[in-house]
Amino acid sequence: MTANEWLPLAVIASSLVPGLAIFALPERRVVLRTALNLLGALAKIVLVATLLAGVAAGEDYAFRYAVLPGIDLAFKVDALALLFVTLSAVLWLFTTLYAIGYLENAPHRSRFFGFFSLCVTATMGIAMAANLFTFFIFYELLTLATFPLVVHRGTPQAMKGGTIYLAYTLIGGTLLLAGIVWLNNLAGHAEFAHGGVLAALSDAPVWQLQAIFLLLIAGVGVKAAIVPLHGWLPRAMVAPAPVSALLHAVAVVKAGAFGIVRIVYEVYGIEFAQSLDLLAPLAVLAAVTIVWGSFRALFQDDLKRRLAFSTVSQVSYIVLGVALFGPIGTVGGLVHLVHQGIMKITLFFCAGNYAETLGIHKVSEMNGAGRRMPLTTLAFSIGALGMMGAPLTAGAISKAWLSDGAAAAGMDWAIWVLWTSSLLNAAYFLPILWRAWFRPAPLAWPEEQIPARGWRETAWLLLLPPLVTAFMILAAGMFAESPGSPLEWAKLIAMREYRQGATLP
Amino acid sequence: MAEPLVWLILLPLAWATGAFLVPARGAWLALGGTAAQLWLAFQLAAKVGAGDTATHAVGGWGAPLGIDLTADGLTALLLILTQFVALPLFVYARAYFAEKSPAFWPLAGFLLAGMNALFLSADLFNIYVTLELVGLAAVGLVAMGGGAQQLAAALRYLFATLVGSGLYLLGVALIYGVYGTVAIETLTPLVAADTPRAVWFAAGLMLVGLMIKTALFPFHYWLPPAPGGAPAPVSALLSALVVKASFYLILRLWLGPFAPLVDVVAWLPALLGSAAIFWGSWRAIRAVRLKALVAWSTVAQLGYLFLIFPLLGSDQLALHAGGMQLVAHGLAKAAMFAAVGVLIQVTGRDTVADVAGVAARLPVTLFAFALAGVTLMGLPPSGGFLAKWLLIEAALVRGRWDMVVVILAGGLLAAVYVFRVLRQAFLLPPSGERRRVERRPVAMLEWTAFALAAASVLVGLRGMEIVRLLGAGA
Repeated sequence: MTANEWLPLAVIASSLVPGLAIFALPERRVVLRTALNLLGALAKIVLVATLLAGVAAGEDYAFRYAVLPGIDLAFKVDALALLFVTLSAVLWLFTTLYAIGYLENAPHRSRFFGFFSLCVTATMGIAMAANLFTFFIFYELLTLATFPLVVHRGTPQAMKGGTIYLAYTLIGGTLLLAGIVWLNNLAGHAEFAHGGVLAALSDAPVWQLQAIFLLLIAGVGVKAAIVPLHGWLPRAMVAPAPVSALLHAVAVVKAGAFGIVRIVYEVYGIEFAQSLDLLAPLAVLAAVTIVWGSFRALFQDDLKRRLAFSTVSQVSYIVLGVALFGPIGTVGGLVHLVHQGIMKITLFFCAGNYAETLGIHKVSEMNGAGRRMPLTTLAFSIGALGMMGAPLTAGAISKAWLSDGAAAAGMDWAIWVLWTSSLLNAAYFLPILWRAWFRPAPLAWPEEQIPARGWRETAWLLLLPPLVTAFMILAAGMFAESPGSPLEWAKLIAMREYRQGATLP
Repeated sequence: MAEPLVWLILLPLAWATGAFLVPARGAWLALGGTAAQLWLAFQLAAKVGAGDTATHAVGGWGAPLGIDLTADGLTALLLILTQFVALPLFVYARAYFAEKSPAFWPLAGFLLAGMNALFLSADLFNIYVTLELVGLAAVGLVAMGGGAQQLAAALRYLFATLVGSGLYLLGVALIYGVYGTVAIETLTPLVAADTPRAVWFAAGLMLVGLMIKTALFPFHYWLPPAPGGAPAPVSALLSALVVKASFYLILRLWLGPFAPLVDVVAWLPALLGSAAIFWGSWRAIRAVRLKALVAWSTVAQLGYLFLIFPLLGSDQLALHAGGMQLVAHGLAKAAMFAAVGVLIQVTGRDTVADVAGVAARLPVTLFAFALAGVTLMGLPPSGGFLAKWLLIEAALVRGRWDMVVVILAGGLLAAVYVFRVLRQAFLLPPSGERRRVERRPVAMLEWTAFALAAASVLVGLRGMEIVRLLGAGA
């Protein structure tokens, strides 16, 4: 085996092996468990950095293993895979740090961190899958690995959330499987390829290709929480905060959105999908989801539920970008994959901090929280402003590219959708910021658990991750044009996906 | 060890007799013998895979006068599966019974001897003898506990197995009357679509008899109570292996001598299989007791095996799917019964509701249950997933959309009953209840269940080998 073959496997192993080892650890081995977690996370970042350097230099990384005649378990590392791999690997490190702080002295930590690592393993597999078969394997593994995390608390409420999560995702997985086998039957064993692979099938019945597309998108759309398949996401909010961060930013909804990107660009091919009239309905679906999610978020008093509906809306920005025919929209969608991740994870870290430190779970309890926890609230504000698309944040970059993409594709209505959503975002985020910064604090917090010590308003492991990710939001916004930024990487991918070659501003 | 075929039958007979004579050494004899058999089975598979014909004329008298033993890829696969499942189950049984059930070892030995002989036999009458041996040994195992419930279950089982083999024997007699031979190899070219009515009738009797023994819906009535009353290792042997033996015969006859006759009725087993999937899953979803849940799941999973009949064809997809399902379900069901055995032993209760909070106390056992569940649901990367994938592909090739729907729906129903147990296990135990006196789990029990479950998932990565073996020597 050459280095180019084992590097993708090493990326998988860097979370799989620590995960399995952690399962076997007794509950009290805190130091060893933490060491394994961090070692895995850091090793993964080093490996990913190696891959980034290699792919930028035009190196090919691939691994394959025959499972059935003509069907391979295959990984490949291309620019698109790395976009997702890098995002997940970096955010995994911070989520792990946060989870270590968050779950201090909580029960069942070995189980928690074991499944946590399995989740990230599955995400890496999804990102690097070289065909739909491999994608499906890791997509289902992700479902199985997240269930124990969602129900981690073991309360009847958690169980209800977990059951609904399972019902949605398993049915989604079944639809996806049906679509994949059907496609396999029609087109043979298709590998993902730039520009798509189905264009060769232009003589196949159009209705079949459209039906398969519907099955595939419905299958991954469940995890991407596209309306009307989004019902599980707000209910899964019963999970602990690090899990919500994982669901919303690192793994689950991202896996769904990433699946849509792969299916549209590398299975159907954007140009072939356009010729089958598949993109316009997808864009409409995304637009409905964007507005509906934002609208529902307005009425949620529970902070995490408000954030959950915000995720429903924001993830469909990615889908909208994918569905806008034209490279500019593609760049907007891809870059939002990263930007939404760092923004939403910041918000969830902060929500967790409010809950753990002061017992605040509701928006109506946020009065004066900014004075008690200025740093957390600062990070929260940056995240919220980013979501609204305020200048200098990552969100502004995404929105600018998406609007330009809509204009370039001649879909001006999509610009209105984006503006409506921005206004709604402001309408549900600004009141929170107003309460936190400008309203007087109550006499007593709902349940103060962690006392302030000097500038440390809460445990430092809880404080550090949101500050770092908030910094990333600003950096991704201000240095968007620098080499190595998410935007530049998204441009590189878009250039490769359009066969006629794309011209980008 | 020149002839693995013969030794695969003689060895279990030998250690069964040994265990009967020296009960104190029964477990060790069984473990040593089965390990050797596993090695022999792999030897045989290597030989068959290399393209050698594996036939042995017992006593030097070949067919049609004597008795032939013969093995192809399917035989080798089932021989490996049987020994591979039996070995960890015997390790499990040794810890489970803790020297209290000396009757288990001789009976288990005769059971394995019967099964191995059944797989290897090349004539219809010889097969009948092995069927009876398997059936009687299995009834003995079910009755072993001696309680009223066990005896009732054993009698039901005895009745079903006797009716099944009786019908089979009647069919064999008719065939002998028409053709004057019972050797499968000689019969195959003789049977054609325009054969006398008696042969049609005989084929029908034999297949129905075997379906009763395989517990295909609606002949499944004996299966759920039988493991329900039996000790965990016995339930595991029964659900994972014994019912597969009669399925193997159906497949053999279907592809061999009866091939010209059965094409027109291929829809029937598939229809019954579909009904089994829905009815078995539904009963598993509604089951109160853990063992009943697992047993009904067997009824449902056996249904998948019968879906392959209308899909059998030159592309071999359906045959591969069937082989994969045999292996995956054999491993997973043994694991699941073993895991449930631990749960019942430790909590002292046997209902699904009582597993609340088990996730924290018996993580290894629960993991075993969950991994076995992954296989039953047909989720990747398990062997069950490959079976499901191949089956859907075979159905699509023949445009059988109805079957695709059945297969996919069956997977979802399996998820409902598997997660019924898992979510209960993750629940916090009811706080009002005072702590029950619980036994400590025996590590050996937990880990053998886990090993079987892990094998059922990991076998999905050895799909190529299984497909290659199934294609060999056919």
